[in-house]
Amino acid sequence: MSQLSTNHLLGLDGVPREDIELILNSTDTFLEVLERPVKKVPTLQGKTVVNLFFENSTRTRISFELAERRLSADVVNFSASTSSVSKGETLLDTARNIEAMKVDMVVMRHAAAGACEFLRTRCTSRFINAGDGSHEHPTQALLDMYTIRKSLGTLEGVNVCIIGDIAHSRVALSNIFGLVTMGANVAVCGPPSLMPRHIEKLGARVFTNVDEALGWCDAINVLRIQLERQAGASFPSLREYRNTFGITVERLDGLAKPVLVLHPGPINRGVEIDSEVADGAAAVILPQVTNGVAVRMAVLYLLGTKTE
Amino acid sequence: MPPLQHIIDDIGFDRMISRLAHEILERNHGSAGLVVIGLRTRGEFVARRLAQRITDIEQTVLPVGVLDVTLYRDDVRQHLRQPEVHASSIPFDISDMHIILVDDVLFTGRTVRSALDALIDFGRPKTIQLAVLVDRGHRELPIRADFTGKTIPTTRGQEIRVKLREVDGEDGIDLISTE
Amino acid sequence: MSTYLFKNGHLLDPVTGTDGVRDILVVDGTISEVRESIAAANAEVIDLAGAVVAPGFCDMHVHFREPGQEHKESLASGALAAAAGGFTAVACMPNTKPAIDTAETAMSIRQKSAHFPVDVHPIGAVTKGREGKELAPMAELHAAGAVAFSDDGSCVHDTKLLRIALEYASMFDVPLIQHAEDPFLFAGGAMNEGYMSTVLGLPGIPRLAEDVIVSRDIAVAEYVDGNYHVAHVSTYGAVQAVRAAKEKGLKVTCEVTPHHFSLNDEHVRGYDTNTKMNPPLRTRDDVVAMKEALRDGVIDAIATDHAPHAIFEKEVEYVYAPFGIVGLETAIGIAVTELVETGYLTLWELVEKMSTNPRRILRLPEIRVEPGAQANLTFFHPTREWQVDVAQFRSRSKNSPFHGAVLRGRPLGIFNKHQFVWML
Repeated sequence: MSQLSTNHLLGLDGVPREDIELILNSTDTFLEVLERPVKKVPTLQGKTVVNLFFENSTRTRISFELAERRLSADVVNFSASTSSVSKGETLLDTARNIEAMKVDMVVMRHAAAGACEFLRTRCTSRFINAGDGSHEHPTQALLDMYTIRKSLGTLEGVNVCIIGDIAHSRVALSNIFGLVTMGANVAVCGPPSLMPRHIEKLGARVFTNVDEALGWCDAINVLRIQLERQAGASFPSLREYRNTFGITVERLDGLAKPVLVLHPGPINRGVEIDSEVADGAAAVILPQVTNGVAVRMAVLYLLGTKTE
Repeated sequence: MPPLQHIIDDIGFDRMISRLAHEILERNHGSAGLVVIGLRTRGEFVARRLAQRITDIEQTVLPVGVLDVTLYRDDVRQHLRQPEVHASSIPFDISDMHIILVDDVLFTGRTVRSALDALIDFGRPKTIQLAVLVDRGHRELPIRADFTGKTIPTTRGQEIRVKLREVDGEDGIDLISTE
Repeated sequence: MSTYLFKNGHLLDPVTGTDGVRDILVVDGTISEVRESIAAANAEVIDLAGAVVAPGFCDMHVHFREPGQEHKESLASGALAAAAGGFTAVACMPNTKPAIDTAETAMSIRQKSAHFPVDVHPIGAVTKGREGKELAPMAELHAAGAVAFSDDGSCVHDTKLLRIALEYASMFDVPLIQHAEDPFLFAGGAMNEGYMSTVLGLPGIPRLAEDVIVSRDIAVAEYVDGNYHVAHVSTYGAVQAVRAAKEKGLKVTCEVTPHHFSLNDEHVRGYDTNTKMNPPLRTRDDVVAMKEALRDGVIDAIATDHAPHAIFEKEVEYVYAPFGIVGLETAIGIAVTELVETGYLTLWELVEKMSTNPRRILRLPEIRVEPGAQANLTFFHPTREWQVDVAQFRSRSKNSPFHGAVLRGRPLGIFNKHQFVWML
């Protein structure tokens, strides 16, 4: 199979294994392109991609923009701070404008869950969700999965634990959907007050003891703690969080087998992860960034050139 | 679909590779500075055969690379088709080299056009020479082969099938009808 | 002088105990005869063969947006929607702008509605501005026609204030209607908290938010012997608490909306904001619990929580969309389809839940379908199939998740206050 079954990538919920495999396999190609002297191919020449960012995320936007430019797409950046959104324009008005501007693809980040789905149903462009509230962030999960697969050789049967604020994490949700589909064993670990209801029904095992979780898994995906939002509300303090759930050198040193360390970034050093771990041999945090561009190129290629 | 005609059998095929190898060496005054790059998928195997034959003759090992041109194809950009993309593998610097670009069949010339674009992105070779097993005509672009195994006149409704040991279990060239 | 002869309709009147095909002659707004066969030469004859005639239905929970947000619904458009849905009376919640927290506002609603075929009864706010801090002038409101008190849209959360309000309201013998939802547990929620909210990444409203308030309130109501009514129950826990209260003989009643006994939180998939209401659509199990509680008599009344919003307000991101859907014009269809067709209620019981019981809870005069009484009637066809089309709604707003649904049971019209409204 060489075509995705869908015209959009809104999430990994319900995305078939063949689609995920196609994206991950295609990523190899684009990683190779990134190694070339000229890191650019003409594949999306003449296509217009809009990066519609209603929420600040410099990293994700730059990653997408690089991916788009390396595929030779025409790129337009639209961010909430510079747009009419601050003047009270509704998402529906935005949708109508996108439609009128004849845009081929839209990469969208929004603080509200379902916002990408909202626009998708009202526009004819192809949509890639770059994060919607606490819902999904499929390209992040795909790059995480690609990184694990590249490091460990497979996803099938691999034990992956996502650690942190699971309840407010689109990264966690997309990873769970994707990893379960790909045959990995998934666990989540964090304070029970940050655990969403019925997470186990998604196929994820729940740990509240981080040392037990570390002993179980082959790879960990350490989520960023939202400093401004949570300390004091869902757990007592950052200090207590670090002591209870922080990924420290001591914790990793005590393990029988090494674990691969992922982090979607940006990192709060000394909170959810210690600097020595983030910069250490087990971490694949920088490869994740490189793989992120390649995964996004793969997704843009597969959706942008897909025949009707 | 049964072939209309077996044009070349395995013995003829082998002779063709030998002849092409000799022509390449003759034209380039030996193997110095030569690299061989095959177009995925069948061109890759032909390229390896050619390189091996040159090694047999010259007792030197030539670098062999594989080029996937999907990302450069104009039909992909036009949403006409979407083949699965594969990585290219050119693990050497092509700058100032003489590239022998190898494909099995030369037809419209669009694949070769894509390949030339792609190669330029890898560096600045001294020359690019095109070697094909079969030239079946119907060019849509001003492209010709420097080394041709056999020119076979065809109609649009026919296809040339190059069989390779590595893929098909036997060598040979058939003319088949797609109508 | 107008004379109407309603022929061949199946009269279901729980007050007089009538259950059978009757002809009804209405002269000048007053019922003059109810018999098995009437002939009247000068009357306008309406053939109701196959249809049900019932005492006028009462929706004890609607939001008409006047004063303040008439672009969503005015008293006039709301009354039209009520008539189209088969209701002769509605009680409108006080979360208008300003709130119905003064006698003047309550009075003006009654005055503006005086000539409508639908009786529009104001419900007074419990607290000033519905802010949950100081009591509104309840005696004045009652004198101005308020049939109950509620801060609906907000919960009366302060337990002491609730106690005082229940005590104070008892002197008028009207209920305090609670929007039972703990504001801290609710905070920021957009849909039922559970598996679906996890999958959809939407902030959840736990069932717990409703359960704890209903349980607490019942304890307070028992302590002060208050007259307490739970608006729009939606959870298994809440109906269990009401069930227990009724078994103890407390003055506790409750209502359920059609959407809470027909839709569940799986309908939120796709993020259609017409599935966003408060209380939110709950789980499949809760939906079954609502139906069983209706059957068992734990839930007294069906009320729509008719909450109109303009399209531009609803056509936004799910979390930013306002809560609520319109319900007046689909209530009978949903109730018949989900409750009568499935055997949970008989048509007789349906009439009790939509007419007799809500009127009793609000202390409205009972409707008798007998000679000498003012004609106050609802006509509906209990088996006719129809497809919901929001474009046909009389309501100014079209925010319904039932658009396109095929329902059985169709409102045909009403007769009230000398006015005959016929929908076909």
